[in-house]
Amino acid sequence: MGWLNRQFKPGNSVGRMGGSNALLGLVPIVVLVIVYLVVAADRNAINPNEKILPLPGAMVEAMWGLVFERDQLSGRFLFWSDTFASLQRLGLGLAISTLSALVVGLMLGVLPTFRATFGALVTSIAVIPPIALLPVLFIVFGLGETAKVALIVIGIAPFMVRDIAAHVTALPREQIVKAQTLGASTWQLLLRVALPQAMPRLIQALRLSLGPAWVFLISAEAIAADVGLGYRIFLVRRYLAMDVILPYVAWIALLAAMIDFALAFASRRAFPWAHGAGH
Amino acid sequence: MSAALSLRNVWVEYGDKVVLERINLDIEEGAFVSVVGPSGAGKSSLLRLVLGQDAPTRGAILLDETPLKAECTPERGVVFQRYSVFPHLTVLGNTIFGLECADAPVAARLFGTRRRAAAAQALEMLEAVGLEHALDLYPAQMSGGMQQRLAIAQALIKRPRILLLDEPFGALDPGIRSDMHTLITQLWRDYSLTVIMVTHDIKEAFSLGTRVLTLDKSRVDPHAPHRYGATVVYDLPLTRKAAPDAAVQLSQTDISITIDRNDNN
Repeated sequence: MGWLNRQFKPGNSVGRMGGSNALLGLVPIVVLVIVYLVVAADRNAINPNEKILPLPGAMVEAMWGLVFERDQLSGRFLFWSDTFASLQRLGLGLAISTLSALVVGLMLGVLPTFRATFGALVTSIAVIPPIALLPVLFIVFGLGETAKVALIVIGIAPFMVRDIAAHVTALPREQIVKAQTLGASTWQLLLRVALPQAMPRLIQALRLSLGPAWVFLISAEAIAADVGLGYRIFLVRRYLAMDVILPYVAWIALLAAMIDFALAFASRRAFPWAHGAGH
Repeated sequence: MSAALSLRNVWVEYGDKVVLERINLDIEEGAFVSVVGPSGAGKSSLLRLVLGQDAPTRGAILLDETPLKAECTPERGVVFQRYSVFPHLTVLGNTIFGLECADAPVAARLFGTRRRAAAAQALEMLEAVGLEHALDLYPAQMSGGMQQRLAIAQALIKRPRILLLDEPFGALDPGIRSDMHTLITQLWRDYSLTVIMVTHDIKEAFSLGTRVLTLDKSRVDPHAPHRYGATVVYDLPLTRKAAPDAAVQLSQTDISITIDRNDNN
């Protein structure tokens, strides 16, 4: 059988080939972990005070205090309050971006007047590097939560708006005409034709924006925060505390993967027609 | 018979390019008009005019003696070759859509007894096109022929004065196409439709139509070919021939929801 013709089902199915697919996907990860462990064990054997590549035991020991014990200074479980603070900022940023992408994207896509007026504005905002605006945001919104959420929104909303607008604009002209001959008003066309067809695309755009959203979150937290996953990583960097940084990074990756998986699952469940509702 | 649709000296020009010129037509109620002609002869432009998607540069279009607004309205139903149905709605959802738009201006959805009444009406329409067993399928799960059946049902539920067909069977297999010919003839009789069909298939034009229009340029300037537009060069009324056998057989089996104004059953 040629390599091109080998078929694999999506990772979450439990079929014969699906199982082998999940296993295949795990192989490189396991190999990486083993390589890390071998190198780390090697370095630890030479230097008992090794900081750069800690062994799992050291990581568990360092994380134990953060996860299960209250911080003496603040009286909080640091790991959980970091997670909660970061997820709250991320969630707010994603929610605002998604909502504005939906509203503005639909209007840009459906209404020619709106597109002619605001299309150029959205494009020019989209080409500004968001991090360059971070000082402005800190000056305008202060160092609190607002600036961090605003950075995420400015970072990902323009991309999502343009993606939705392009998708809605590309709806076949025939569909629009057909809807009008069936008596649909502009509002009904927006609500029943454009909106439902934009939804799967919106989730897709949200999934693609998750990576950049995390980047902006960690950047904002690194510069000015007193709690948050990004804040903690940059704080303990001063002590070369790789035994905290590595588990935090792994935890961030796990959170991101879970959100992505949940979105993909929700899209397949809610919009089967957009995922090749098969024969 | 009255003229349902009249075109009076209609011209369509884009810039200095003349697409259609001197179109004078009276289309009677209950007619099945086939429009043929070479590519680029303005068949689709004519359809867009009648549909209200484009306005004529000169001249007037009258629907039931009143000038037509250049806007798509439920008076004219349409079936395109592709993309006629909504991919995100099921068969029932697609069919009910026209009723929901009329009865629920804000929500564009019906609930409870009103929805059940609309669904019953939609089901009746779907039975007429033979899709009563596929109510919960999405268009992507259906063949091209089934999608076109759905597009027809979706348009007919609004009881349009005129049904416009833009090469509706062009993308279908020959076998399916002849089934669809039987179906459209059947529906045309049962619902006393006035149909304008643009097609590339001359055989189809003559076998289905009661009148065949040919669009082409009647004059050509070799130095500026775009300065003369196409017009109606042949207008052939076909004195109605015996109905196709298959259609007769079908129409004997069920004639249910007819609005028979013309005694053509």
